[in-house]
Amino acid sequence: MIPELGHFSLVLAFVLSLVQAVVPLVGASRNRAALMAVGRPAAQGQFFFVAFSFACLTWAFISSDFSVQYVALHSNTATPLYYRITGVWGSHEGSLLLWALVLAVWTVAVTVFSRHLPDVFLARVLGVLGCVSVGFLAFLLVTSNPFERLLPGAPEGRDLNPLLQDPGMIIHPPLLYMGYVGFSVAFAFAIAALLSGRMDAAWARWSRPWTTVAWVFLTAGITVGSGWAYYELGWGGWWFWDPVENASFMPWLLGTALIHSLAVTEKRGAFRSWTVLLAIGAFSLSLLGTFLVRSGVITSVHAFATDPKRGLFILFLLVVVIGVSLLLYAWRAPRLSGGGSFAFVSRETALLGNNVLLSVASASVLLGTLYPLFLDALGMGKISVGPPYFEAVFVPLMTPVVVLMMFGPFLRWKGDTLGPALRRVAPAFIASIAIGVGAALAIGHATPRTMLGLALATWVVLASVQQLAARLGERPGASSAVRLRGIPSAWWGMWLAHLGIGVFIIGVTLVGSLNQSLDVKMREGQHAELAGYSFVFRGVQDAAGPNFDAARATLTVSRDGVGIATLQPEKRVYRAQGMPMTEAAIDIGPFRDVYVSLGEQLPDGSWIVSLYYKPFISWIWLGCALMVLGGICAAADRRYRKLAERDAPAVAARQTA
Amino acid sequence: MKPRSKRLVLVGVGVALLVGAVALVLNAFQQNLVFFHTPTEVAAGKAPTGRTFRVGGLVEVGSVQREPDGVTVRFAVTDTAKTIPVSYKGTLPDLFKEGKGAVVQGRLEADGTFRATEVLAKHDENYMPPEAAHAVEQAHKAGATVKQ
Repeated sequence: MIPELGHFSLVLAFVLSLVQAVVPLVGASRNRAALMAVGRPAAQGQFFFVAFSFACLTWAFISSDFSVQYVALHSNTATPLYYRITGVWGSHEGSLLLWALVLAVWTVAVTVFSRHLPDVFLARVLGVLGCVSVGFLAFLLVTSNPFERLLPGAPEGRDLNPLLQDPGMIIHPPLLYMGYVGFSVAFAFAIAALLSGRMDAAWARWSRPWTTVAWVFLTAGITVGSGWAYYELGWGGWWFWDPVENASFMPWLLGTALIHSLAVTEKRGAFRSWTVLLAIGAFSLSLLGTFLVRSGVITSVHAFATDPKRGLFILFLLVVVIGVSLLLYAWRAPRLSGGGSFAFVSRETALLGNNVLLSVASASVLLGTLYPLFLDALGMGKISVGPPYFEAVFVPLMTPVVVLMMFGPFLRWKGDTLGPALRRVAPAFIASIAIGVGAALAIGHATPRTMLGLALATWVVLASVQQLAARLGERPGASSAVRLRGIPSAWWGMWLAHLGIGVFIIGVTLVGSLNQSLDVKMREGQHAELAGYSFVFRGVQDAAGPNFDAARATLTVSRDGVGIATLQPEKRVYRAQGMPMTEAAIDIGPFRDVYVSLGEQLPDGSWIVSLYYKPFISWIWLGCALMVLGGICAAADRRYRKLAERDAPAVAARQTA
Repeated sequence: MKPRSKRLVLVGVGVALLVGAVALVLNAFQQNLVFFHTPTEVAAGKAPTGRTFRVGGLVEVGSVQREPDGVTVRFAVTDTAKTIPVSYKGTLPDLFKEGKGAVVQGRLEADGTFRATEVLAKHDENYMPPEAAHAVEQAHKAGATVKQ
C-alpha cells in the first residue's frame, strides 16, 4: 500500500510541476499577477509530494519490503539500518528520485528566500525550474519507476553494492546532487533574464549567493567522492580522471568561472552575456553529467541503467534544454550587451583570462571524456583516454590560472597601470620561485613538476599574506580588531578559497612526488620496511560483520622502534552476492598517511599486502575544505541580506500601488 | 590607444591564448590515446609495439600463476580464439577471477608477453567489462564466418 501511495504522490507532483512550469510563465508574459502568484504554492505543493514519495520509498527500504523490485535488488534484511536508508539512492531509480527531491528543495528555497524579488522575475524563475522538474519527473514515471512491484515478492533482497556500503556514500550523493541541481537555480535566473531582456547589477546580486551555495555543495560532494575512492578502492589513489569523476568536475570548472564572472557583472556590469552563457553551460554540463553517469554509456560503479530507453530520454532532455536555451540566448543576448568598459590592464582582464582558461580546461575534459564514447558509438574502434592526457593538459592550463588568480586582486577595477602593480608583487613572485626550487631540492626531488607545484603554492601563500596586509592597512589608525571586523565576509571568502587552492597544490604536488608503495608477500611475524616505517604482520583472524564475513589482518607499524599504529585491513565477502571487497586501514596524520590494504591469500598460507606511504595527502582535503569554507563565507556576506531587506519594502510598495 | 584598437588588441590576445590552449590540448590528446585490441588482433601483429594499449577478454581457466615473490602474476587473456600471455606485478582487483572478463593495459614485450601496468575487472557480479565482451563477441563472429 505504501509504495502505491508513493507512486501516486509522484504522479501528483508531476501534475503540479506542469502547473508550475506553464502558469507563471504565461502570467509573466501577459503580466497577470494572479497567474504569476500560482508559482509559489505549486512549487511548495510539488515539494511536499516529492518528499512524501521519497519517504515512502525510504519506508520500503527500512521495512525491507522485497515486493518492491528496487528494494529487493538493493537491500537485504542483514544490511545495517543506515545502509538500508542510503540504499534509497544506491542505484538508478532512487537516485533520480533524490535528484527530483533536491530540485524541489532548491525551488522551495527560492520561494522562501526570494521574497524581495520582483513578482515577474520570480514567476519566470519558478516557471523555468518547473520545466526542469517536468522533465525529470516524467523521466522517473515513464522509464524508472522506483515503486515497481515484484510479484511474487522476493523472500530476501540482493543487498546494496558493497562498494557503496560506506559512510562516505551516505553523504556523497546528496552533496553532489545539491551542487549539480543547484546550478539549475543559476540557470533559471539566467533564462529569466533572457526572457525579460533585463539584466543589471541587481540581477547579478540575486544570482550570486545561489550560485555560490551550489558551488559549495558541488565542491564538498566532489571532495567526499574523492576521499571515498581513496580509502574504499584500496590502492590509495585519490583522483582517477574516470569519466564519472570528470562528469562532476566539468560543471565545477565552469561553475567556478561562473561565480567569478558574476562578480564582474555585479561590480562592473560587464561580461553580461558571457555570464548567461556560463550559467547555461554549467547547468547543461550538470545534465550531461547525469546522462553520462546514469545512462550506462560509461561503465563504472555509478552506471546502473542498461536500459537504452533511459539513456535516450536523458539525451533528449539534454538536447531540449541546451537547444532551447541557446536559441533563446542567440535571440535575446544582443539586448544584454554593454556594461562597464575596462582597460587592457585591469582586474576585469585578469578575471576574463581565468574565465577563458577555466572554460578551455572544462572543454578539454569534455573532449577526453566524450571522444572515446563517440568513436565507440560510430563503430570506429575502442580507445580510452587516461590520466596522462589530463595531466598533460591540466598543468599548463592551471599554472597561468593560479598566477593570475593571485595577481588579479592587486589590480584595480576598470583600469590600472602595469608597472606599479608588477613592482608590488615582484618580491613575492621571485621569492616563490626561489622557495619552490629550494624546497624541491631540499626534499631531494628536484623534478620540474615538483618545483613548479611548490613555487605556485608558495606564490599563493605569500600573495595571500600580502593581500591581507594590504587590506588591513586600508584603515590606518583603527585598532587591529576594528580593522579585522571591517573586512566583509565576502572578502574573507575569496581569500580563504584562494588560500585553499595553495594548500591543495601542496598536497597534490607532494603526494605525487614523494608517495611510496610496496606490494609484498607476508606471513605471521614477518616484517617489511617502507619510507622509514617498519610493518610487522601479526596474522589474520576471521571476523564477521552484519552482512559480510571478513579476514582481518593485524599489522603493527613503528618508526625507529617507536610504535605508531596498529592497522587492521580486511578482505570481506558480502554474503548476499558473494562479492569480495578490500577494506583498507589507514593511519591518518597531518603530514602523511600510512595506508595498508590486504590482497589475496597464497596457497602456502602467506598473504599479499600492499603498503603505501602518502605524504601530505590530508592537505588535499584541507585545501578543498578551505574552498568550501570560503564559499560559505562569500555566500553569507551581510550585503546580500541587507540588500534583500532594502529591496523588500520597494517591492511591497510596488505591489500595493 | 583608441577604444577600437584597444578592443582589437584584447580580442587578439584572447584568440592567441585560445589557439595556444587548443593546440596544447589536441597535442596532448593525440599522444595519450590508448587504443584497444582484441587478442586475435594482437596475435595477428596488428597491435603497436613500444606503445601502451589495452587488451580485453576472459582470463583463461587454469592460467593464473604466481612467481616466487608472490607479487608478480602471470595469466593468459583469451577471446576464445587466440590467447595472449600477460605478466603483472601488483595487487589484482577484487573481482579478478579465472574464467571471468578482464581488461589489461600495458605494452607488448619482444617475447610476445604483454606486460600489464593496470588490470581492470568488472565492478559487480553481473557485469563484464564491455571491451572484454566486445573481444569475445568479435572472436565468435570471426569463428562463425570461418565455419560457414
